[in-house]
Amino acid sequence: MDRNSNTYTFIYAAGMVILVAAILASVAMALRPLQNTNIEVEKMQNILASVNIESTAADAEEIYTERIQTQYVVNWQGEVVEGEDAFDIDLKKEQAKDLEERLMPVYECQTEEGLKYIFPMRGSGLWGPIWGFVSLDSDMNTIYGANFDHQSETPGLGAEISTDWFQATFSGKEIFNEQGELVSLTITKPGQDAPEEHKVDGISGGTITSKGLEEMLLSDFQSYSEFLKKKKS
Amino acid sequence: MSEPLFSRKNLKLLSDPINDSNPITVQVLGICSALAVTAQLKPSVVMALSVVAVMALSNVIISLLRNTIPNRIRIIVQLVVIASLVILVDQVLKAFVYDVSKQLSVFVGLIITNCIIMGRLEAFALGNRPWQSFLDGVGNAAGYGVILIIVGFARELFGSGSIYGFQIIPDSWYIANGGFYENNGMMILPPMALITVGIIIWVQRSKNRKLIED
Repeated sequence: MDRNSNTYTFIYAAGMVILVAAILASVAMALRPLQNTNIEVEKMQNILASVNIESTAADAEEIYTERIQTQYVVNWQGEVVEGEDAFDIDLKKEQAKDLEERLMPVYECQTEEGLKYIFPMRGSGLWGPIWGFVSLDSDMNTIYGANFDHQSETPGLGAEISTDWFQATFSGKEIFNEQGELVSLTITKPGQDAPEEHKVDGISGGTITSKGLEEMLLSDFQSYSEFLKKKKS
Repeated sequence: MSEPLFSRKNLKLLSDPINDSNPITVQVLGICSALAVTAQLKPSVVMALSVVAVMALSNVIISLLRNTIPNRIRIIVQLVVIASLVILVDQVLKAFVYDVSKQLSVFVGLIITNCIIMGRLEAFALGNRPWQSFLDGVGNAAGYGVILIIVGFARELFGSGSIYGFQIIPDSWYIANGGFYENNGMMILPPMALITVGIIIWVQRSKNRKLIED
């Protein structure tokens, strides 16, 4: 057959596309379970990191089941919703819903320094989504630890939110002011006027990511606010 | 077919791109990824291995198909072959070395646009037999990989004081701990990769007579 004829070209292209699609689809399906396990293990590591427990991909699952014994889902009024698995909640989907219908996971971890509550969060940075876990002391005010991650922030600038040194600056900060109002944290450059206990130094060159993080903390703490107040009193 | 598998001519296909016609330092192709992934040694090594796999396989596949590919859509066929292989590599990385695949993130996808690969398909695989194409693919990817690894080594050592994630500079040397040493933060940023590549080119040209232009 003439290799330069239209018919040959069309048949060749069609055959190639079908073959390639079949190969890629079957590989993706075959590797899916392994990839999902990796994603779950990473999530466990991140949750553990927010209460300052280090883990590796190999032992994360074991440590997680040992340390995080209680996990549940609450609604905006702070009531526990039965029949939902906190770990399987997709934050992206939940945040697209109205606050009244939103399901919000809470994890409890017993540490050497008492019971800690872990809250997952999700927001937007400069280039894409950012997310993380923040843990509070049982006074529901003082931040015990934090872990953030991002999809595509600029390396060396916004991407620094996922580094240990930045996350370490969160512990000890308070999210309620003296009047009992939820003020969350201000993430700003040093010297800016904000009370020390509600302020974290932002990242030089990563202002938009820092602001995104600030908004994420505020809006997500707000959606948990009824739950926080309930536990607080 | 009477030619032995590892004849001198075939071995030259393998060794030439590592020095005399190195894709990065001599042809100056594939620079973008060489700058992006080399802040540490580990992603450089993984990137190098991924490119070897994609390049060797795509060269062989295109070479096997070379007498069937319709001339008018040959670039598209090459692109489909490369893209599918890259997606395969990406899926495998995600399943077996998840942390590395996270670090490489978009750069694995960018192998598709790596000029070296399409350049070799168009220039070599379309006109040569599979075995030769395989050697040419491995050789060129290795030439690319070697530079990546040298740059990654230098940048991680001077930028983070470690090699392959293991700390090399003792903690007590750092100024923060009362010592005299400080990591060079510039090494982490892409411009220093370009400068490192430049230094490699300089050294190579001063050593290799064939590359000296009149």
